[in-house]
Amino acid sequence: MGKRYTIDPITRLEGHGKIEIFTDDEGNVINAYFQVPQLRGFEKFCQGRPVEELPRIVPRICGVCPEAHHLASAKAVDAVYKVDPPSPAKKLRELMYMAHYVHSHIAHFYALAAADFVVGPQAPVAERNILGVVAKVGLETGGEVIKQRSNAQKVQEIIGGKATHPVCAIPGGMSKALTEDERQQIEKMGVSAVEFGLFGLDLFRKVVLENSEYVDLIKSDMYSLNIHNMGLVDENNKVNFYDGKVRVVDTNGKELYKYSPEEYLDYVAEHTEPFSYLKYPFLKKIGWKGFVEGQESGIYWATPLSRLNAADGMATPKAQEAYEEFYQTLGGKPVKATLATHWARLIELLYAAERWVELARDPEITSKEVHKVPTETPKEGVGIVEAPRGTLTHHYITDENGIVQKVNLIVGTTNNNAPISLSIKKAAQGLIKKGTKVSEGILNMVEMAFRAYDPCLSCATHSIPGRIPLIINLRDKNGNILETIRSD
Amino acid sequence: MAKKLKIAKYWADCCGGCDVSLLDIDAKILDVAKIADIVYWPIAVDGKNKDLEALKPGEIDVGFYNGAVHNSEQEHIAQILREKSKILVAYGSCAWLGGIPSLINFTDRETLFEYVYHLAPSNDNPRGVEPQPRTKVPEGVLSLPVLYDKVKRLDEVVEVDYYLPGCPPHYERVAEVIDVIVSGKLPPKGSVVGAKDKALCEECPRERKEKRIKEFKRPQFFQDDGKTCLLEQGLVCLGPATRGGCGARCINVNMPCRGCYGPLPEAIDQGASALSAIASIIDSNDPEEIQKIIDQIIDPAGYFYRFGLPRQRVRT
Repeated sequence: MGKRYTIDPITRLEGHGKIEIFTDDEGNVINAYFQVPQLRGFEKFCQGRPVEELPRIVPRICGVCPEAHHLASAKAVDAVYKVDPPSPAKKLRELMYMAHYVHSHIAHFYALAAADFVVGPQAPVAERNILGVVAKVGLETGGEVIKQRSNAQKVQEIIGGKATHPVCAIPGGMSKALTEDERQQIEKMGVSAVEFGLFGLDLFRKVVLENSEYVDLIKSDMYSLNIHNMGLVDENNKVNFYDGKVRVVDTNGKELYKYSPEEYLDYVAEHTEPFSYLKYPFLKKIGWKGFVEGQESGIYWATPLSRLNAADGMATPKAQEAYEEFYQTLGGKPVKATLATHWARLIELLYAAERWVELARDPEITSKEVHKVPTETPKEGVGIVEAPRGTLTHHYITDENGIVQKVNLIVGTTNNNAPISLSIKKAAQGLIKKGTKVSEGILNMVEMAFRAYDPCLSCATHSIPGRIPLIINLRDKNGNILETIRSD
Repeated sequence: MAKKLKIAKYWADCCGGCDVSLLDIDAKILDVAKIADIVYWPIAVDGKNKDLEALKPGEIDVGFYNGAVHNSEQEHIAQILREKSKILVAYGSCAWLGGIPSLINFTDRETLFEYVYHLAPSNDNPRGVEPQPRTKVPEGVLSLPVLYDKVKRLDEVVEVDYYLPGCPPHYERVAEVIDVIVSGKLPPKGSVVGAKDKALCEECPRERKEKRIKEFKRPQFFQDDGKTCLLEQGLVCLGPATRGGCGARCINVNMPCRGCYGPLPEAIDQGASALSAIASIIDSNDPEEIQKIIDQIIDPAGYFYRFGLPRQRVRT
């Protein structure tokens, strides 16, 4: 008789996420389903609103990455009005965004992911959390984590008004210029963030890369995925978070496509399944071939790892060194190891901090020229930024008065809906086999497969010190619970 | 040392910004850990619904609920959290007023599904698939919760003791409210905490003169003089109809208030008070001209009811 493992709930933003694992008579996993049980409908209720209000409304999609939505929206409304903001305005937006990346990546790595490596994937549950991490690395480091995240929030508040739900971007630029006093504060905090970025990579080297058990785990087949890679790149094909073109590199590391935001509908489409409210984006020219890996499948990922794979390098010197070390250590491009996403995230954190300092020192950054009044009739626009958890696309259509008629959004983690489903199935198949005692530690290792994505179904789990709680119920065919395994 | 408090926090139909606002009290979060045990916070600690259900009625000292109520599970947790908590706080504007997600109440579930799964331009859904409460797959049956047609406020579902406004609440107000809870000197039940009883205008850094408005403008076509009241300069601003306490942070970057701190104590309907405050300062006596000026407010529903749509519905 086959068994059914229900992982419910994995708590998400709007209530709960769910994983269902089915085994055959022998106890080998035959299939696993990942379900998202909520829908809020921003695409619908943004209709009828003045388009300039959308950058103030859409951040509520996610209170952990509101800057990503604010800026994708701002770029879409610029496009709707066919207005190109002055260069200082674009730099100011990017500066706020770099601080945002530092906040977001710190929150995920230190509060959620680090416990699996610093404390250990099968360590006692009571220790496998942020407090356990602090116990291992020391209180001083814990305080530094709090301080650096707090600084990043301050920078966003200075530029955006509020860090959570910024309001500063308007069609044609920004509502406020930066003062010299503010610039000095921001520069100082940026210099300290670069040091902290380097510290994070050192910590990863010592704790993870010097431990052969972890390196084997990272390189193992059950934690790898052979799919296409998406990421935003600048004109030199370097990783960029705020602007550029979307580049897709295939499973062999060759460029498949490079497209501008307004062309996104030629390259990406979304598939629907009846068992989840969240749609499944795929590469349109290849098509939806089901939940399968490989060069012939349209499934791609959009994560820190895929961004490094989709680019030719990093645009800042220290991050570029880290990028080269990454590929040398893991054996060339593209890297397919899901768990290497954590390392990639730390390289991005360093890049964001370096870019933060560059922008804070840019002579234009305190220019008063931060807004250009739109003069064209509004119509249609697409804005894309690279959100911490994946390529973020906002597409708006308005009437000639700038009132929104249609909104389409393809949000960070949505890109990764199919890859997360595949990763969970693969990890479950690798870990749960005939005769396996499904322990809490095994359970956590299934969890690690999706934690690497920093899943953000509406984006908040990763910001909180702790871990995603799980229960697996082992049921008979009538649905009666035979055994319950808890992660607490 | 005094007995440690038991605290619980749940998120419902929301964005997570309320949880970040608690993190934003920074090092003070370590003080909270010293005086309180967090017995249930699904995103932070491992307590599950089952553990919550196993607690005795009133065993939790303070329960925080953020987000509005949009499906049966969220309503179920609200009821349990109410039963187990001595004090239940609606944390943030979604729990208090419905918040931005409640803008969906202008439409219904069927229209929402039609757009999201059929009409949105990136769909590739030739078989017209929609999410189902139960789906048969080869290995068994998968289930999903059913969404409500409308978003509800927390106090439409259970009795609420205190309301903490903001989208999200300002971290300094959050820290103050925690201090008040620890001190035990709580205001009367039903009070709004962590906000002022006076309008945002009272803490606005801009200069106010006699407001006379001839024209309403949109931010992208607006030339700010950098010092005068934004409403006076013609931007729709909800400051006169909204509680203070937020630190005027939107105004600090030259953007008008959209009302996230909710209605003033005496107001029942924030949108109606905003509209009447704005109508009273239009600089004309000619009904036709007044109408012309009012028509420049292009989305009254979206400006005046952005955070509080369910609060306007008649209570039964």
